[in-house]
Formats: sequence, C-alpha cells, structure tokens
Amino acid sequence: MTVSTASTVTVRVLLFASYAEAVGQASLTLTLPAPATVSAVLRQLRSLPAGARLPERPLCAVNLAHARLDTPVSAGDEIAILPPLAGG
Amino acid sequence: MGFLSEQPLDLAKLVAQVASPERGGIACFLGVVRDHHEGRAVLRLEYSVYAAMAEAECARVVAEAEAKWEVRVVLEHRTGTLEVGDAAVAIAAAAAHRDAAFAACRYVIEQVKRRVPIWKREAFADGTVAWVDPTGAGKPAERRPDAAPEVPAAPDPAGHTDWGV
Repeated sequence: MTVSTASTVTVRVLLFASYAEAVGQASLTLTLPAPATVSAVLRQLRSLPAGARLPERPLCAVNLAHARLDTPVSAGDEIAILPPLAGG
Repeated sequence: MGFLSEQPLDLAKLVAQVASPERGGIACFLGVVRDHHEGRAVLRLEYSVYAAMAEAECARVVAEAEAKWEVRVVLEHRTGTLEVGDAAVAIAAAAAHRDAAFAACRYVIEQVKRRVPIWKREAFADGTVAWVDPTGAGKPAERRPDAAPEVPAAPDPAGHTDWGV
C-alpha cells in the first residue's frame, strides 16, 4: 500500500455504466507521483488488469466538472471516467 | 437542487413554475422513451446517472440559458427504469416573447444531451440489453444479460474535451 506524501497525490476514481461493467468496479483509489494530471490517472487506471478495457481518451471530470486530459489533479480530487453520454 | 427525479415527470407542474404575468411565451420540450433503436424493438430503458455531477451540470446549463436570454427555465430528468412512452426529460422556458423561450428551451436540451452525465441501457424485445452510445463509435456494446461484459466502445475522438459554450 502506497502512503500518500507530499510527493504523491491520492485521488478517488469513479467509473460509470459500461466502463464500471468493463472494469468490474465503480470506484477505486489511486496514488500517483506529484504533480499529476487526468492523463496520468488514466494511464495508471489502464495499467490495471481490467483497466486496459477503457479507451485511451475517454470523457473525464474532476470534482463534478468536465475536464481535459491535461487538467491537473490534487490530493483528494474526485476523478470520473465517463462513457459516451446518453441523457435526454 | 433537484434536477433528477425518480418520479414521473409532470410538465404542467414545470409550466406553472415558470409562468408569470410578464412572460407571454412558454416553450416546452418533453423527451419520451421511443419503441425502437436502429431498427430494433425497445421494451424499456434503464437510466444510470452520476448524480452529484448531473445536478451540478444541469444547474450550470440552466444558469447559462438564463444569462443568455431573458428567460426563466426549469428542467427535470428521470432516473431509474422507464417504459416506452414515459417522459425522460422535461423542460419549460418562459420569456416575454416566444423567440427567447424557444431558443432557451432548445439550448437547454442540446446542452443536457451533450454535457450531463447520464447513461441509458436499452432492453430489446429479443431479450438483449445494450448501453446506448450516441457517438456511434465502435461496435454496439451489446450483450446477453448473462454474458461477460464487453469492452466499451471507443469515445468520439473529435472535440469531446471542449465544453465551452
């Protein structure tokens, strides 16, 4: 288990709908080297055994707002990986 | 908040919320579960939602519409399982005149479909279920209910990181 220090960033990652089914879980905690971006979160996620099923460039959100892949992430942030939206 | 509803949507209630003596035009939109998708018979839809973000994004969309036009807008989106004919989304936009009401109503439904984190799984008459992918990218993530999950379809590579208005 990695201990979060000033040189690492621990974030909560949420998966939804088809992505949650593909990975087999709806939430997990990841610890990354600081400074980190959404892209780094995705890279680590896709390196997990079931994470390779996720696309390289999915829609993402940070703390309830749409985010770009180069958006920085901070300790405690909530990162969501969103399948193609289908509301309405 | 309260843009998400587990109960049937009531358009008349939304109209009453935006109506006022100085607003002479009220435009409404009702999105309803249809009975077919790409030529196949649909029995029902099951909505899945990232509730905290959906509420926040709906609030942003309504605020944007009310900033762009002199309108008052209300919006509700259903969650849970819906049958064919059930209303999935309801919008009422009221303005002094019809142009602003129509424009705001149209803006809100387009932005909801583009930005609000909601997903739906269709149950087809032939017993299969599939997550709806409006981007049309990749093959449909179709599977039997008892089968192993499929790899999700790839997202639309174009433009999905730009959420500017």
